[in-house]
Amino acid sequence: MFNASSIIVGLEIGTSKVCAVVGDLAADGALNIVGLGQSRSRGVRKGEIADAPLAEEDVRHAIVEAEQMADVEIRSVYLGVTGSHLRGFNNRGVHPVVSADREISEEDVQDVIKNAKTINLPAQNHVIHAIRQHFLVDGQDGITNPVGMLGSRIEVDVHVVHGNLNRLQNAIRTVKGLQLEVDDIVFNGLASSLALLTNEQKELGSLVIDIGGGTTDYVVYANGIIKHTGVLAVGGDHVSNDLAYGLKVPLSRAEQLKIEHGAGLLDEPAKGQSITISNELGLPVKTVNLEHLRRIMSLRLEEIFQLVSQGIEQADALDYLRAGVFLCGGGAHIPQIAKLAEQVLQMPVSLGKTNSISGLKSALDQPEFATAIGLVKFGSFQQRKRASKASLSDGIKSTLGQLFRRV
Amino acid sequence: MNTNSQNEAVVETPKKNISVKLLGVGGAGINVMELMLKSGLPGVGFAAVETDAQSAVASSASEKVHLEAQFLRGLGTGGDPDRGRALAEEQLPKLKSLCDGADVVFILAGLGGGAGTGISPVLARAAKETGALALGFVTTPFGCEGGSRQRLAQAGLAELKSCADGVICLPNQKVLTLIDENTSLLDTFRIANNFLADGVRGVWRLLTHKGLIDIHFADLAALIRDRHAESSFAVAEAMGPTRSREVMDKLLAHPMLDGGHVLAESEAVLLSLIGGPDLTMAEVNRVMEQVNRQCEHGQVIMGAAIDEAFSERLAVTLIAARKNPQRASAETGPAAGAEELDQQLLPCSSTARPESRFVPSPPALASDQVQQLLARQSRGSSRQRKSQARSRQTQLPLEIISKGRFDKSEPTIHKGEDLDVPTYIRRGVALN
Repeated sequence: MFNASSIIVGLEIGTSKVCAVVGDLAADGALNIVGLGQSRSRGVRKGEIADAPLAEEDVRHAIVEAEQMADVEIRSVYLGVTGSHLRGFNNRGVHPVVSADREISEEDVQDVIKNAKTINLPAQNHVIHAIRQHFLVDGQDGITNPVGMLGSRIEVDVHVVHGNLNRLQNAIRTVKGLQLEVDDIVFNGLASSLALLTNEQKELGSLVIDIGGGTTDYVVYANGIIKHTGVLAVGGDHVSNDLAYGLKVPLSRAEQLKIEHGAGLLDEPAKGQSITISNELGLPVKTVNLEHLRRIMSLRLEEIFQLVSQGIEQADALDYLRAGVFLCGGGAHIPQIAKLAEQVLQMPVSLGKTNSISGLKSALDQPEFATAIGLVKFGSFQQRKRASKASLSDGIKSTLGQLFRRV
Repeated sequence: MNTNSQNEAVVETPKKNISVKLLGVGGAGINVMELMLKSGLPGVGFAAVETDAQSAVASSASEKVHLEAQFLRGLGTGGDPDRGRALAEEQLPKLKSLCDGADVVFILAGLGGGAGTGISPVLARAAKETGALALGFVTTPFGCEGGSRQRLAQAGLAELKSCADGVICLPNQKVLTLIDENTSLLDTFRIANNFLADGVRGVWRLLTHKGLIDIHFADLAALIRDRHAESSFAVAEAMGPTRSREVMDKLLAHPMLDGGHVLAESEAVLLSLIGGPDLTMAEVNRVMEQVNRQCEHGQVIMGAAIDEAFSERLAVTLIAARKNPQRASAETGPAAGAEELDQQLLPCSSTARPESRFVPSPPALASDQVQQLLARQSRGSSRQRKSQARSRQTQLPLEIISKGRFDKSEPTIHKGEDLDVPTYIRRGVALN
């Protein structure tokens, strides 16, 4: 029934949860989500593994759950990675067209891409993605495919996401410890954006902010290409921690208060109200001021958006966002967060909806599964590419195709 | 000042019936006043107050007050402010008569010496007793003039501030940073004087010209009160159809504004525009828009006035009061330090203005009484300092902020800020 190659699994080892999503890629290219497994994450801080044995156990739980639900055996996964060590930047490669007739050939294009990907990075850094942007032919911008055009000089920009190799290896080793193969590692923010955005939104220019437990990842699309990516090692955990500190309650209680009473904005009705915390017997233990809770939370979230906005402004990408901002990750559940983001970013903000994938309604509707679903989608692109390359039955071409993948 | 050279030739006519008197006190004060005399401010009475017979004679002011006493032998105060003060107290009636009939008295002085430092506070008091508003324009010495002069100047400044309705202070040291290092000594002093003269002229214009959008004296006084040490001012002028843009360019290029940085750091900015009858709303708007954009954190008070003489011209006077970074360094000896602390501790009691405009002179004391008082004061101040130290302790963030669950993880540092510390703590938001 299930062909092993048509099963694509996305695994996200998040700070608050480990989540595995199983997708089934039909022969006609349609992607269907058939399984979902998740587990509370205990061994991860700020998006990176801090306690490997605990993390491994949580991953196992999630994988087992997903296997049971989808009724498949999972052999390999697309692994999402994040963390403060990840950096995104744009790099440009140049290549002179040497042929006599000045016609740009396929080889020229591949050479220029190769040049653009030659990045001077420290040895311990590993390039996760090198995503092609537009070509420039003799300085003319915005060319998507220059093959066959005339020109003397061809340039291309690539957006490079790189990170510390050892820290990336930590996550990969954890997965490999469970006898699972890692097909590829993908930046979480990128995966989320794949799940949320339609081609039209990418074309118009959009910003995806994934507010996770430990990190906030963001990706900027403009004119159909990835313009900027970033990671901020601040997330929902920080909100809980602030609350625990500010309201003088234990962390677990703070987490609960955040979920039950938290909001993005400090609104009038909240002022002067208090919440009574009762123990398991229903006896009141402590009262906390709702206004303080909201204020602490709103300040932290506001700061997150401000930092994201600053990061995008530095990359000069703020003016490209015509489709607006899309929020996902567990943080998108916070009431009024879109309103707060609108106030800070000064542009329309909406909660992201996973598009163009069919399958489990319960999984697709939740913003916190966007990353894992995006990982499956990324996998499906890779699979399709591999299939088409295989049909060309050219070994060299397939390896070049690996370099030449366009997301 | 090149930005100012044209308007000196033009006769400026005051539109309000405010009589202004300009008093130059001491050598430096008279020098600045001479500058003003040359450029000419119509309707302003000039007077020189000096202890040194020679410089008093040299002055071309219409009125001269030579404070003389037997013990000085015509040689001035010898750099001792106490002598200057004693002299001025002695001849208070003379000083009062000088201020008689004026609505606003500008006191120009260079602090740090004997005459300027000692006399100007007494003069300010005299002016207030006659019912005039006293506004001080003073300079503090160059750094190279020595620590003792600097201390005297700071003490004098504090005294003048408590007596006058407002003080604008130009630290000469600041001028030093603006000029070429090959500038001659003479030129340096001339430039410093010019800066002060510019400021005086600007404020005079602001007070006397009938405003369409008025700036009240109270606004001005409120702006410069307590922020004396950091006031910066700039005057710029431009002509022609693009004057609003040019004037803004000149203003922002003004050395005192440090390329607009000063505006960005300002707490409050007072801006006065003077133009001819052809001044358009769009021009006012353009200037205001730029200034508002420059000082995002500050409060901007604006005024606009029309003067026939200014047709096709636009002059902008800007006074910026900065935040107080020098406060701590301005503290001098232990007594002054205690006073300063005292003011911070009890802001309302010590800085509140007296109900009546009459400020009594200190009672004459016998020497043993003085000793007694001093002893008591030093005891008192030491006690105050102790209590002050305690109350300050609570203000300091001595409490080590635990980072909770992020205690052992790699800190998230963004531009020197540890993002793991709760935002509300870093931003200083108080939860009552």
